[in-house]
Parts: sequence; structure tokens; C-alpha cells
Amino acid sequence: MSGISVAFGGVSALSDVSLTVEPGQVHGLIGPNGAGKTTLFNVACGLVRPSAGRITWRGDELRRLRPSQLSTLGISRTLQGVGLFAGMTVLENVMVGAHRHARAGFFSALLALPTADKDDRLLRERAQRALAELGAESYAGRYPGSLPYPVQKRVALARALVADPDLLLLDEPASGLAEDEMHELGELIRTLSARMSVLLVEHHMDLVMRVCDQITVLDSGEQIAAGTPAEVQADPKVTEAYLGDEVVETDAAELARTEGGRNA
Amino acid sequence: MSEPQNTSASTPAPAGTAAGPSSGKATEEAPARATAAANPPPAAGGGRTFLPQSTLLRHLLVLLVCAVGAMILLEITDPFTNSQLASLTYYAIAAGGLTVLTGLNGQISLGHGALMAVGAYTVALFLSADEPIALPLILLAGVVTATIVGALVGVAAARLHGPYLAGATLALAVGLPGIAIYFHDIFGGEQGMRVRAPRPPEVFDSFIGFVSGNSATGTKWLAYLGTICLLITYFLLANLVRSRIGRTWRAVRDQEVAAELAGINLGAWRVLAFVVSAAAAGLAGGVLALVVRLAAPSGFTIVLSLSLLTAIVLGGLGSLLGALLGSALLVFLPPFVTDLGADFGLNNTEAAQLAPFVYGVVLVVAMIFAPAGFVGTVRMRWLTYRAKQRTAASRAASGG
Repeated sequence: MSGISVAFGGVSALSDVSLTVEPGQVHGLIGPNGAGKTTLFNVACGLVRPSAGRITWRGDELRRLRPSQLSTLGISRTLQGVGLFAGMTVLENVMVGAHRHARAGFFSALLALPTADKDDRLLRERAQRALAELGAESYAGRYPGSLPYPVQKRVALARALVADPDLLLLDEPASGLAEDEMHELGELIRTLSARMSVLLVEHHMDLVMRVCDQITVLDSGEQIAAGTPAEVQADPKVTEAYLGDEVVETDAAELARTEGGRNA
Repeated sequence: MSEPQNTSASTPAPAGTAAGPSSGKATEEAPARATAAANPPPAAGGGRTFLPQSTLLRHLLVLLVCAVGAMILLEITDPFTNSQLASLTYYAIAAGGLTVLTGLNGQISLGHGALMAVGAYTVALFLSADEPIALPLILLAGVVTATIVGALVGVAAARLHGPYLAGATLALAVGLPGIAIYFHDIFGGEQGMRVRAPRPPEVFDSFIGFVSGNSATGTKWLAYLGTICLLITYFLLANLVRSRIGRTWRAVRDQEVAAELAGINLGAWRVLAFVVSAAAAGLAGGVLALVVRLAAPSGFTIVLSLSLLTAIVLGGLGSLLGALLGSALLVFLPPFVTDLGADFGLNNTEAAQLAPFVYGVVLVVAMIFAPAGFVGTVRMRWLTYRAKQRTAASRAASGG
């Protein structure tokens, strides 16, 4: 995506942001609250239309992208929070994620033809594999509401993975996770990057620094830095605007950040 | 013999039946939401072991059992109950369609009475021809016209939510019967159109004579006709409910954004649900026209649409068995209460006024004590019981 700008009723949320996710890479998108990370994500998904800029995917420009076309293009996304279907079992939730792979149509379902059965069995197998990969297969028959939050997050991730995407957009996958779970997640993301590209929005600096190949830093809707984790960490602008308070985590640093952010 | 329980035991509801005991296998804990309680669980592992793996065979088996049950019921009950059961069939067909729309897809419709009117008038028009075509084709025509109207409404409905959708469909319920009055030359105005009930075929005579020796009256024929339509409708709806289609509808209902990101075109799937639901309403209207032998605006008021909604809510949203039970309550409760009132010494008018009151009380009490409806409540209880059993079992296992 290049030169993306978004304005909500005169308030500029993103101005002239560009980033490219290389195949097989994990790309981190960081920045303080309200920096526009999720907005950029929503632009990539077609949930928000940019007022300027282009989105290109595999050499083709995506115009008037609709969110429902995303999965056909090979792009999956998890939502901030979990966004599971509350009235459906974990297995069904993941099966919905495999929608893109469904072949049987309406009439075979209406008549309960064997093709529909077979198709459903394939989807179920896919879903079970995805759950197994994330170690959540034992929850297949449960309802999301009855599961602990970290398990729900894994189910949500399984739902995104089951589509076999080429690009996976993760919106704060580590929020609400304990230290060791976060570590596991990091490992998982590294493993996934062998199969797909990952674009990651995350608050937990150590996770981002550990798993990402490239990082883009946003602040107040503007791109203030981009590069490898080491480059970004070394960038004084980033330290000033953002990392400072993450490292020190005191109220004083919070204050410094807000002031520093304005000056930058 | 006119208790709802009797009908439930022998009239069809493949999905509802399947949503019963077999669910315990796939689910351990009760879902959080009330509507979820009435959802069919996935047929993980093909349901119970003694049922066939194939959805088609399983549903055909249930269909057969229900058909036999319905036949027995129709043969052991008196002609009056037969006619009540005939009314039950059209209510249940429409309610089945509505429960798919509202329970599974989360769209509300106050306009289903109007869609029934479309089906009813189509059937009436076709039957008023000098040489009407075959009855199944006429009913099919009713389905098709209602489907077309439903598609148009569905396209509008897919963009609306909650109260706005209710309002828009309400407009349909109020406005559409007006067309019948405006074009009174074609549709007979306020008086409506008389429907010549088709004569039962000779096969039916010999069939009934063979089965029970009862006389094959016109009423009985209509009850059978309605039952056949009901069985076919519920068979097809149950197939959809248990398939990917049903799952996708529920996904759209539960979490729009996540569903959309999974590649589901929200609008298209909402319209599809509306179309399916409208098709059922169209068939219901057609059966209604045959059973009451009249298609008139007064038969398709907003009261009809609301009755259908209360029926599916009482029975348990999203469940075909629930839709059937709710419809049974709709048909059998008022006469039951009226009789009861008469027994307690009320005069006829007073007794008749008692029925809507009792129905209202039942609705209020049900919403307080069992907001998930009959099937939903039973299923939640069952799932909670299973969950407790599991916890106890695992505790015993870890303790020993």
C-alpha cells in the first residue's frame, strides 16, 4: 500500500502512509494508541475507504475492495478482541473461516445431496487440522462463551488460518495473553511465516521486536520510521515518540511522550 | 386429542428432532445466548450411531417416521381436529420459514403475512381459471411469486437492521393487502376471492379406504395435502439448517464483521435467507387459500404476521420443531381455552374473549421463565446437564 490517507470528517487519521509486506516476511505495525494502526488495517481490509493512495496486492491494484472479497484473494484477518460467533461451536466457527474452500452450492444443500455432505466433511477436516495446529482441537464441541480468553484467541486465529491465506493480518494477537502464551504465539508466528506473509499490529514491544522482519512505526497518523527491528529501535524519533515510555513505563515518560510526539 | 403434545409426537420436524439428544455428543456446555440454544449442533461424526451417516438418508428416515406418525394422527382424530390440523400445517410452514430467517439469520420480518397473501392470491387466481392446471404446479406458482416478492423485499431488508427492518417489513404487511382492495376487479376487493377446493384424486379415496376405512372427505384431503406440503418444506429447511448454508446464516447473525472477513457476502446471504423464508411463506399462503377456501385481505393482517413471530419465539427461535410447537399452540390453545371458559360458565362471547388473553399471558410467562422458547430451554437444560456430568466424570477420574 502506498500513500494511504484517511480522513474521518475532516480529522486526518492517516496521512501518506506507505508500507509493503514482502512475501514470507513478518511485518510489524506499531505506534502509540490512536496512531492509526487499526485504521490502516481496516483500509487494507476494505472496511475503511482511503481518501487517497493505492493498495496493491500481487501486482494488481485493489479498487473498491470489499471485505468479503479479501479471503478469495488469499488474505485473512483476525479482529481486535476475538469476534467469534457466539451461537456456534468452536469447530463451526473455524469451519466458517474455511468458507473460501467450500464448493457445494445452495441446491445440493437444499436436497442434502452427497456432494454437500462430502464438502462439509472436507471443511470439517480442514477445521480440525487448523484447530490441532493451534492445540485447540479438544475444544471443538464447546461454545466460545464458555472458554478462557486465550483459548478464544487461538480459535479466532485458527479461523483465520483455515482459509490458507497468503497474507495474514493479525490485529493485536497478544492482547490479554500471559507471558508464556505470548512466547508461544511468537514461535507460532515465526512458523507461519514459512507459509505466508504476516502483517502484525501489536502493543507488546518485545514480541514485535522478536518476531518481525520489518517494522513500520506510526504516530498520529504519520509514518515516522520504517526498517528492521534494530534500525527502528535505534531511530531517535521512535525512541522519543514511542519506545521511551514503553521501556521506562512511568508517568513521567508518558508525559514526555505526549510532548515529544507533538514536537516530532 | 387436540393437545399440542400429540402433534409434536407425530408430526414432522427433522431438524428439531435431530437437535435433541444427538447434540450431547458434540457439545459440552450451553451456549451463552438465548437464540443459540435453539441452534442445531453440527452433525459431528454423523450424529448418533444408529442413524445413517448421510444427511440425506438421516433426514429421509425422520421424514418417513413423521409421515407415518402424521397419517396415524389424521386417521384417529375426528373431522374437526382434521381441519384444525390442516390449519396447523399452513401456520407451521410459514413459521418454519420465518424461524430460519429470524432465528438463524437474525432478520426480523413483520411482513410474512403479506408474503403468505401473495402465495394465497396466486393459488386463488390459478384455480379460478376455467381449466386449472395440476394442483402441485399451482402451489409451486404460489411459491415462485412469493419468492420473487421476497427477493425484492430481501434486497431492501439486507440493508436494514433491527427496528428499521421491522418497520420496513411492517409496511409490507400493511400495504400489500391494500393492493388486493385497489385492484378489486382482479382480486375481489374486501370480499376476497373464493377458492374452489380441488377434488381429492381417486387414489386418495382408495388409499384412505385401505388405511383406515374412514371416508375420504374434502377436509381430510386438505389436511393430507397440507401435511405433505409441511413435510416437504421441513425436510428441505432441515437440510439447509444442517448444511453449510445454515452455518453461514448463523455466522452472519452472530458477528457481521468476522463473517465478512471470512469471505461471506453479507448482503447476498441475507437476501438468500429472505428468499427461502418467502418461499415457505408463499407455500403456506397457498395451503391457507385451499384450506379456508378464501383469499381475502382480512385473512392477512398484521395479526397474522405477529402470530407467526410469537409462535416461533414461544417454540424456540431457530428450531423447526419449535416453529411447529409454536404453531400448534397458536391453533389449539384458543379453542381449548374457549371450551374451558364455557365449562366455567362463561357465555360464548366471554369465552371467546378469554383466548387471546390467555395466549398473551402464556407469551409473557414464557418470556419471563423461558426466554429461549420451549425447544431452546429444553436444549439448554440438556447441555447444562451434560456439562455437569462431564465435570463430575472428570473430577471422579482425577480423584481416583
